Formats: sequence, structure tokens, C-alpha cells
Amino acid sequence: MEWQVLLLKLTEGMLISVEIFSLTLLFSLPLGLFVAFGRMSRNPLLRNSIKIYISLMRGTPLMLQLMVVYFGPFFIFGITTPRGYRFLAVIIGFVLNYAAYFAEIYRAGIESMPIGQYEAAKVLGYNRTQTFIRIILPQVVKRILPPVTNEVITLVKDTSLAFVISVSEMFTAAKAIASAQRSVIPFVAAGIFYYIFNYIVAYFMEWVEHKFNYFK
Amino acid sequence: MKYLEIKNLRKSFGDLEVIKDISLDVEEGQVVAIIGPSGSGKSTLLRCATMLDSMDSGELIYLGEHAVKAGPDGKAVPAGPKQLKKIQGYYGLVFQNFNLFPHFSVMRNVIDALINVQKINKAEALTMGRRLLEKMSLSDKENAYPYQLSGGQQQRVSIARALALNPKVLFFDEPTSALDPELTGEILKVIRDLAAERMTMVIVTHEMTFARDVADHVIFMDEGIVMEEGRPEEVINAPKNERTRAFLNRLER
Repeated sequence: MEWQVLLLKLTEGMLISVEIFSLTLLFSLPLGLFVAFGRMSRNPLLRNSIKIYISLMRGTPLMLQLMVVYFGPFFIFGITTPRGYRFLAVIIGFVLNYAAYFAEIYRAGIESMPIGQYEAAKVLGYNRTQTFIRIILPQVVKRILPPVTNEVITLVKDTSLAFVISVSEMFTAAKAIASAQRSVIPFVAAGIFYYIFNYIVAYFMEWVEHKFNYFK
Repeated sequence: MKYLEIKNLRKSFGDLEVIKDISLDVEEGQVVAIIGPSGSGKSTLLRCATMLDSMDSGELIYLGEHAVKAGPDGKAVPAGPKQLKKIQGYYGLVFQNFNLFPHFSVMRNVIDALINVQKINKAEALTMGRRLLEKMSLSDKENAYPYQLSGGQQQRVSIARALALNPKVLFFDEPTSALDPELTGEILKVIRDLAAERMTMVIVTHEMTFARDVADHVIFMDEGIVMEEGRPEEVINAPKNERTRAFLNRLER
């Protein structure tokens, strides 16, 4: 009985964690690219605003950022947030945070490209968009896969931070059962769940890296 | 017909004047070799001619059409984007370091711009690609990736890539400098074959024997100016200028 409850609750929590994980990647991976462009912009106002944003996202705890997104609207602006806002706040917080990290990875990848690739493309008549999409981006993706994998694995574990605003992801569920049953087993079980989750993520990312091995 | 005219080109990087008033004409079918010590401005000249670097002042004309005009204050004024795009199709450039696209197969490297820039259909582009690769003796490498090739083979792919767009003028920026000595021969042979087909070429090179054999006209540059120019046997075998003589002597030693 206890085991069944434990597994059921953890699995339910896990589904929420997977949801946070997937939605965060879905939005932060592309958003990061635009942030990276802003960070490399020739417009100093845009470039510096983005710099400050990235600095704040990297310089403060994600847990605190989640609280600001969730409580901020009411305590700062006096806006009453709708019922479903709790989960939305988690996604907004995670996306803003991870987009900042991805942006810096993209920027490093883009800036590491040899200038000769741009020059060859220019002489061959590619326009700027074609040069980026056809020539630069595929090479950048290959280069940044290892650091992106790092972030994605960290994200799996970071989903547990959603407990701070009481979104019942896996860790929240484990904590609730642990106090009800006065046992550490739920935490051990949660640890195994996270490990399996990450094992799958790492396996997938390795497969993607392998797919890019056709060129050097 | 004059395929390329450069008039009174000047170019500085900061306080350093790299090119001080150079003019140059290239006739249809002519092969021009540019020689000179490193830092003499010959690579910059090529980069200005291919518009990878902007000109400070002067004019750049391909087939009688202005790519860069001299403005009223003497400053260089580039033509509009449409005109530039058209003129870009008149020339090709072979780089010292090949600059092939590593994520494209050999064939893709040669035909991608044909398909995506010149909008030629894929079947036609493939036929042209095969013909060019055969000419470069690379038919068996069609599906290989650049990293699987020797330096000489990579440079031949990059020549095929430049030729695919059917340029009127083909520039070479020290095409053999990044190659092992035993591989330079195959590239020089390809360029010789192109010269025999009356391809118009401008070649920056350190290979004096090659320059003498293949070029119709040799330009010796030093400190941003043309020190001496003329027929190869004059400039290379019997240089009149003191600097040219000193440079050629240094090479022989």
C-alpha cells in the first residue's frame, strides 16, 4: 500500500517536472538565440540592457527569481493574479533564467566561428540571413552541444525548485510523503527518479552529438 | 575589354596607410601575378578588389560597371545593393586557407551557392558540379567531407566552388601558402590549365617560377605602392627596381 502510494504520487510529481522541463526548453532555447543577438547588437542601448538582464539572471538564485515572478505582481504592482498563475509563474521564471544561460552559450559558439566562413559566404553571394542559417548555424549547433547538454541536465534537477512556490512537482511530492510517513525512502526514490530522467536526457543528447559527427 | 579597373585606390587601417594610390587594369583573358614581401599590401589590394574590405578612396570597376565610385569629396562611394549584387557575380576568390564549408559534402560545397544564390535547379547544378569535380580530378570525392581530404584536394574543391558561379575574374590569395610543399604542384597545375583556357585571373603568390611561367603581367608591390610592373621576364628575370632585386634575391637564398 505504502509503496503504491509513493510510486503514484512520485509519478504524478514527475509528470509535472517533465512538463516544466519541456516547456522551459521549448521557449528558452529559441528565446536564447534572440537574447544572444541582442547581446551582440551594435546598438549600445539594446546590448547593455541585455547585458544587465543576463547579469541579473546569472547573479541571483533561480529560487528567488521564481518567488519574484510569482509574488511580484501582487506585492509590487498590487495586481491580483489569476488562479492558474502558479504554474505559469514557474514557466516564466525558468524560461527567463535559462534563456540567459543559453544566450551566452550561443554567443560563445557564434563568436568562435572563423571569419573566413563569413568571407567565403559573402564572396559567393549569400545574403546575411542565408549565411547565418545555411553556413554558420549548423556549425555553431555542433560546437555548443556539450555545454547545452550541461544546462539541460541541470534543468532536470532545477525543476525541483518549483517547490518554493508550491507547485507539486516530484520533489514537492517526495517531501510531503516523507513527512507524512516519517521516512527518507521517498527522497531516495525521488533521487532515483531524477537520475533515470537525466540518464535518458544524457543518452538522447549523446545521440544528437553523434548525429553531428559527420563533419569536423 | 577591360574586365577589372582599379583607379587610385587608397586604404588605411587606423594610422597605417596600407595602400597608397594603386591603379590596375586587367584585360579579358589576362593573368596578373602580384608579388611582394609580406606587409606590402598585396592581400589588402585583393580584399578591396573583392569588396571584403572597403576602400577609403578610389574607383573599382568590373566590365565597365562601377562597384565603387569616387565621391565629390574624393571618398569612395559603393554602388547600390542591386548593382553590388550583380557585380559580385563577376568575380570569384580562392582563399589561402580554402574556407570550405565543413558541414557540406564536396559536391554541396561546389553547388550550394548555385542552388541558393543563383537559384539554378538542383539537377542542373549537379551536372555542373560533376563536370567541375571531374575537371579537378575529384570525381571520386563527391560525397566526402572536407576534413577527409588533403590540403591540395581541399584547395581544388574551393577552386571548383569559385568556378561554379562562372566568374569573369578569378582571384587567388596565396593559393599554395597553406599547403605542404609536395602538394603545391597540383594546385599550380590547375591554375596553369585555367590560364590555358584564357580564364582571367589575378594571383597573389610567392611562387616566382610559377608567376613567371603563367602570368602575362607581374606587379611587384612594396610599402603599399607598385614598385615595378611589366612582363614577367622583365620584372622577375631582369628587375630594374632596387627593391624588386633585393626581394627576389632574398627569395633565392
